[in-house]
Amino acid sequence: MPVWRQFVRGLRTLVNRDRADREIADEVESYLEHSTDELVSSGLSPEVARRVARLELGGATVVREQVRSYGWENVIAAPLSDLRYAARRLRASPGFTAVSVLTLASGIGASTAIFSMVDGVLLKPLPYPHSEQLVELRHTAPGINIKELNIAASLYLTYGEESRVFQDVAMWTPGSASVTGLAVPEELPRLSVTNLFLATLGVQPALGRQFTVSDDLPESERVVILTDGYWKARFGGNPGAIGRRMILDGNAYEIVGVLPPAFQFMDHKFALLTPFRLHRSEVRLISFCCQGIGRLKPGVTLAQANADVARMLPMAPGKFPINPGFSATMFAEARITPTLRLLRDQVVGDTGDTLWVLMGTVGIVLLIACANVANLLLVRAGGRHQELAVRAALGAGSGRIARELLLESGLLGLTGGAFGLALAGVALRLLAASDIAHLPRIHEISIDLTVVAFALGISLAAGLLFGLIPVLKYARPQLSNALRSGGRSLSQSRGRHRARNLLVVVQVAMALVLLIGSGLMLRTFQTLRHVDPGISGANEVETLRISIPEMQVKEPERVLRMDQDMLRKIEGIPGVAGAGIINWLPFEGGSNDPVYAQSPPTREGVTPPIRRFKYISPGYLSVVGTRLIAGRDLAWSDLYSDKPVALVSENMARELWHDPRAAIGKRIRASLDDDWHEVVGVAADLRDDGIDQKAPGIVYWPVLQKSAADTEASVVRSVVFVIRTRRTGSAALLQQIQQAVAAINPNLPVADVKTLGSLYDRSLARTSFTLVLLAIAGGMALLVGVIGIYGVISYTVSQRTREIGIRLALGSPPDEVTRGFVRYGLVLSSVGAIFGVAAALALTRLMKSVLYGVSPADPMTYVAVSAGLILAATLASYLPARRAARIDPMQALRAE
Amino acid sequence: MEEQNTDVIQGTLDMLILKTLSLEPMHGFGIARRIEQISRGVFKVNPGSLLTALQRLERGGWLDAEWTTTENSRRAKVYKLTRAGKKQLDSQTADWSRRASAIARLLKAEG
Repeated sequence: MPVWRQFVRGLRTLVNRDRADREIADEVESYLEHSTDELVSSGLSPEVARRVARLELGGATVVREQVRSYGWENVIAAPLSDLRYAARRLRASPGFTAVSVLTLASGIGASTAIFSMVDGVLLKPLPYPHSEQLVELRHTAPGINIKELNIAASLYLTYGEESRVFQDVAMWTPGSASVTGLAVPEELPRLSVTNLFLATLGVQPALGRQFTVSDDLPESERVVILTDGYWKARFGGNPGAIGRRMILDGNAYEIVGVLPPAFQFMDHKFALLTPFRLHRSEVRLISFCCQGIGRLKPGVTLAQANADVARMLPMAPGKFPINPGFSATMFAEARITPTLRLLRDQVVGDTGDTLWVLMGTVGIVLLIACANVANLLLVRAGGRHQELAVRAALGAGSGRIARELLLESGLLGLTGGAFGLALAGVALRLLAASDIAHLPRIHEISIDLTVVAFALGISLAAGLLFGLIPVLKYARPQLSNALRSGGRSLSQSRGRHRARNLLVVVQVAMALVLLIGSGLMLRTFQTLRHVDPGISGANEVETLRISIPEMQVKEPERVLRMDQDMLRKIEGIPGVAGAGIINWLPFEGGSNDPVYAQSPPTREGVTPPIRRFKYISPGYLSVVGTRLIAGRDLAWSDLYSDKPVALVSENMARELWHDPRAAIGKRIRASLDDDWHEVVGVAADLRDDGIDQKAPGIVYWPVLQKSAADTEASVVRSVVFVIRTRRTGSAALLQQIQQAVAAINPNLPVADVKTLGSLYDRSLARTSFTLVLLAIAGGMALLVGVIGIYGVISYTVSQRTREIGIRLALGSPPDEVTRGFVRYGLVLSSVGAIFGVAAALALTRLMKSVLYGVSPADPMTYVAVSAGLILAATLASYLPARRAARIDPMQALRAE
Repeated sequence: MEEQNTDVIQGTLDMLILKTLSLEPMHGFGIARRIEQISRGVFKVNPGSLLTALQRLERGGWLDAEWTTTENSRRAKVYKLTRAGKKQLDSQTADWSRRASAIARLLKAEG
């Protein structure tokens, strides 16, 4: 309480010093009066009494000062009054202040926005307790040429049973489930997980219980845990939902838990969590289906964990039988090796490269902004040159003057920082809303304490940085010089120009680096745009997923007939040019497995190369615009007959048979006991792994496959319908499609509606995001740099008005004067450009990972950007130069 | 004639003020006079030190102050002891008597 009282009183005094002073004066006065009264009553005359009282008091002013000097606020009062003075000076020149604050706000705002992304995505730990212990269980199989292999159920079980380094391991895979029993059937994204999934992450359900070992057994009751979002949407947040049952894919599931609201898992959108229900006895050795995560015991390193997994891997063949059709040696020959990595690295992926490039970029923007403000401050301090000199001459210490200048720039920095922070907040909100970036962990990006501290830090650093330049120049002025040249005689001395010229050169150089960076991104973007992705007219392809569960339609052939009926209905909708089916859309991948060719034959015991598997219907290829290079498309009769056929991609055909046409009639199969499929067609290559990645070799199998060996056919039950139409994205179309589907089967939900174009854009998202941000930064840098040159030239012109007047009066042609100033600007920008090119050559190498099809030292970009920048700079110096030529000699000479 | 030292003993002014105010609320001048009277002129209070001390004691929460008009219609800032001030006085008094008697014992001690 006393501390509080001290603080409040001190503050009150600070805020209203006058009132506090008046009160002290009143008290001293009252003291005097009482003292006088007493003396009068002891017999002195009032005048004498007053004098004696004063003498006794010892001087009212002294007493007032003595009382006044008590209190902590006096310690900070002096700097505070300096600050108030600085603020008043800034307010006195609103133009300068506004430009500086805006410049700084944009620089600091951009840096803060990008930093909050770096912080949210790269620096913050994942939202799980001891997240540094979480690893992703990944493998590589050099023996069969697979770089990235996920986890098999057999390995998950082996690790769970044999490990020495893991606290818990879990396996998960994304999927979906049809929820029925409601008015409209719904297809919801779900994660299938093993029972220790939540325990591994260290997460407890907010309501209900976790999965237990028995939940994972096939014979126990089916259970489901809901996400908070779905629970609120479907059950209105009613805790009574626990224990109720819902129908997923035709089976009843008991709701046993609800996840905490903040629960996130690797940016997966899902509504339901269900156990795998593995039949351990049915698990075969090779069943790479899923993703694995593990929690390391405390203190275990990644290397130790890898070593332990490598120790356990050879145990798996002893525990699980080999799949039929695979040879027993295949597992060993695949040479599967663990490549565990931190879950965080998996989540963040290669976003780090992009973000650090952007961080560097905005850092440069901030430096340019600082250089510009430093320049303005120099001009300003130059204007106060004389005042400062006079004050120094009258005995103001250089420290005192330096403090004053620094306070002013510090105040500018902080004000700029405050606006910048607000700017960053707006920018982040826009970013989150547009989702242009497709950044991982985007929900975790926010302006938190770290970000505010960062903004404060760079604001102060910036203030200090650009404040020091005028301080170094003016805090200790050469007296005679300043007092003399401030009078009317001399033109600007060279010394005062050098700092400003240097700053402009630095600005131009840095702006050039950014512009070259954005130029390179633009070239990358153009190159990628021209890459043939293997599909065409993607914006006119609507896609949606429909799954027909076994509970509804059992026989595979009937599933296909139902799909075909729906396709026919959809094709009957006005404006629809065609429709087809595939299991995984372009850019969404698929399964990867080896493919055996009949000729050239695969050597005994050798696993042939891995190909991408996609399952399609007739008509799919023409709907998405994948060209047929040779042969023919699938026919419906192929699917219903028991003659197995397939299509392959061009690169695979060339690799195996050297010519696409030679592929026709060749035979391939997916395993040693599979039927031979005849290749009936060759499709154009598809950049399935991303536009900037090599096209994988693809086999297109029919969605329904009848086996000649046994009568059991197999069908892909969850498929994506692709529909070519100009009406993509319209609500009316979607409604007509839903009606068409419902006409065939009213219990089928339509899920995941999107255009193929959005997938294509998404594959370019990283590049376009980097391009947009770099272009904004480059544009800002260019603007600020050009303003810098304009400022220097026009300041020089204004300082040399008299000299120009004399030259014009003596007969110098006005054009000559203009040319002189333009040449000056040209020299500045050219020198800047030379340093800029050198810096860009060094710095753009860091961008290599985000570039595609263009060298970081691409000569065209360098020449074009430098030329453009010099042109802009010349223009910026031409405007004030022309003003110089228009000076009226008489006025100029009279003016000073 | 040797001039008598009338300075208040260092560090005791606060205690004297608190003691004086424990009798009744008073203004600055009243406190000074009261200390002089009770000490029979041994201590003369410097007004600057007194007013500063009052400021300090008030900020410390041991005194409350209020502007009032006195019986001879003068305005005055009258101070009064708070509960915390009372406690402080007690502890300072105890402390002082302990130290004073120690000093007295030391001075009386012979050879």
